[in-house]
Amino acid sequence: MIEAHDLTKDYGDKRAVDGLSFSVRPGIVTGFLGPNGSGKSTTMRLILELDAPTRGEVTVNGKHYREHAAPLHEVGALLEARSVHTGRSAYNHLLALAQTHGIPRRRVEELIDLVGLHDVARKRAGQFSLGMGQRLGIASALLGDPSTVMLDEPVNGLDPEGIRWMRNLLKGLAAEGRTVFVSSHLMSEMALTADHLVVIGRGRKIADTSTKEFLSQASGNVVRVRSPQAAELERLIAGPNVTVAVLEPGLLEVHGLTSAQIGDAAAAGGVALHELTPKEASLEEAFMDLTREDVEFKAVELEDEEAAA
Amino acid sequence: MSAHAHVSQLPRTAHTGRVTQARVALSEWTKLHSLRSTRWSLLVGFLLTIALPVLFAAVTSSHWGSMSPHERADRHPLDIALAGVNLSQLAIAVLGVLVITGEYSTGMIRASFTAVPRRLPVLWAKTAVFGSVAFLLMVPPVLIAFFASQAILSRHHILQISFSHPGVARSVIGGAVYLMLVGIFALGIGAIVRNTAGGIAAFAGIFFVIPPLMNVLPTSWNNAISQYLPSEAGRQVFSLTHGDHSLSPWPGTALFVGYCALALAIAAVLLVRRDT
Repeated sequence: MIEAHDLTKDYGDKRAVDGLSFSVRPGIVTGFLGPNGSGKSTTMRLILELDAPTRGEVTVNGKHYREHAAPLHEVGALLEARSVHTGRSAYNHLLALAQTHGIPRRRVEELIDLVGLHDVARKRAGQFSLGMGQRLGIASALLGDPSTVMLDEPVNGLDPEGIRWMRNLLKGLAAEGRTVFVSSHLMSEMALTADHLVVIGRGRKIADTSTKEFLSQASGNVVRVRSPQAAELERLIAGPNVTVAVLEPGLLEVHGLTSAQIGDAAAAGGVALHELTPKEASLEEAFMDLTREDVEFKAVELEDEEAAA
Repeated sequence: MSAHAHVSQLPRTAHTGRVTQARVALSEWTKLHSLRSTRWSLLVGFLLTIALPVLFAAVTSSHWGSMSPHERADRHPLDIALAGVNLSQLAIAVLGVLVITGEYSTGMIRASFTAVPRRLPVLWAKTAVFGSVAFLLMVPPVLIAFFASQAILSRHHILQISFSHPGVARSVIGGAVYLMLVGIFALGIGAIVRNTAGGIAAFAGIFFVIPPLMNVLPTSWNNAISQYLPSEAGRQVFSLTHGDHSLSPWPGTALFVGYCALALAIAAVLLVRRDT
């Protein structure tokens, strides 16, 4: 369980995280979504108290991270930035972390096997590929058998098989009742993995909703219409909340009406239709829509401030 | 690698309890001995501590006949025996800086502070583990340096001093103590600066640049101030005798320990306050 309240972080003049409040529940995979530079990694550093918030607070399992007597049993974290000494072997890296909590050596070996690093465990981590480094990071995160798992862009650098493995692992961890919080800038990946989404842009929360709901909201009313009488149809369906984009001669994309409404209007006006396709917005587009709104909101706010001044 | 990749169930493990200072110390021991830079720095420190006195003793022996009485009076057996310390301190100091800055440059510090979010146990453990290792590994070379240089000098029946002579044992072991303290001081500097090049530069500035700069001052000022510099106070840890314008051994040692404590205290305050 992770609970953030009004979490805010400034770096100099730049506000990286802006009044973020959310909670991450156990038993499901919660996706933490936002474009690069939107404040995801900063938020995770604040959760681990590697950085101190400018305002607000965040707790893990009811306590500030620093107050836990055995933090690795509470939270296992993979940060986006590498957190491994390049001169040390994977085995010794994990062992050093394990020893702070009295975690036995056989657990270290178990994790090395789990993430598939057995053959390179004695090699220096500096020689690891991105994917191997990522697996080592995941092994560090799971070392303490934590009740909360927090991973920043975990599929970065993994091959397709590794990505599938990660997906199953995350779902498995959630199914065991753990809290799983995973960041990504890839909507498509989150659509497959996450049950719930916290979406941020420019450090602010844009959405906090189930993935299912997010997708259905996002789908909106976008319909692709192909007609030999496109201009006639455009006239028939015109309305205050309707926008029509001409993709190519005879092919329209209509926003603001359902396919049924367009079909009915065409029948009533005697216009032939060759195609009528309600478009499912992809998660990617939904995400773009949301972040665009956020950008516009920011611009308006700025104008208001200028007007007030 | 992929042979295991289908495993997606995390095996459980017993929760073995809390983070303790002793556990963090064990972890720091693993970190220290698992790096090549540690072995190289300590090996270089070990060899320099012995090699220089041996060389110094050999040169002194072979030139003794042609040396003026004044030159002869200037040579002291303990200066020869501990000449290596002046050089090997650089290897130990570089390692002291690296013990902490190596974590910052690689990002390891984030893993360390995630495991031990209170942070201070990491600083104390690093200090204790590195300090102990530096001391234990530097005792043999100072002893070897003393007895080897004495053996070389004895063949010419010159500059003989007994290990049981008052103050000799303290000075010789003091060489190892000094190297340990220099390493700890450097570790503190490294923790404050958080950058390898910056840490080494700061250390070199304090130990090798500031002392000669004091000569710019009027002699009376120089004499009054220089003895309180870290480098000069530290020298008293392994000095048998002291001049008119230097502290005697125990006050000098106490002051140098104070400098180390000050560096660590500043490091501790910054460590807890700063973002990582």
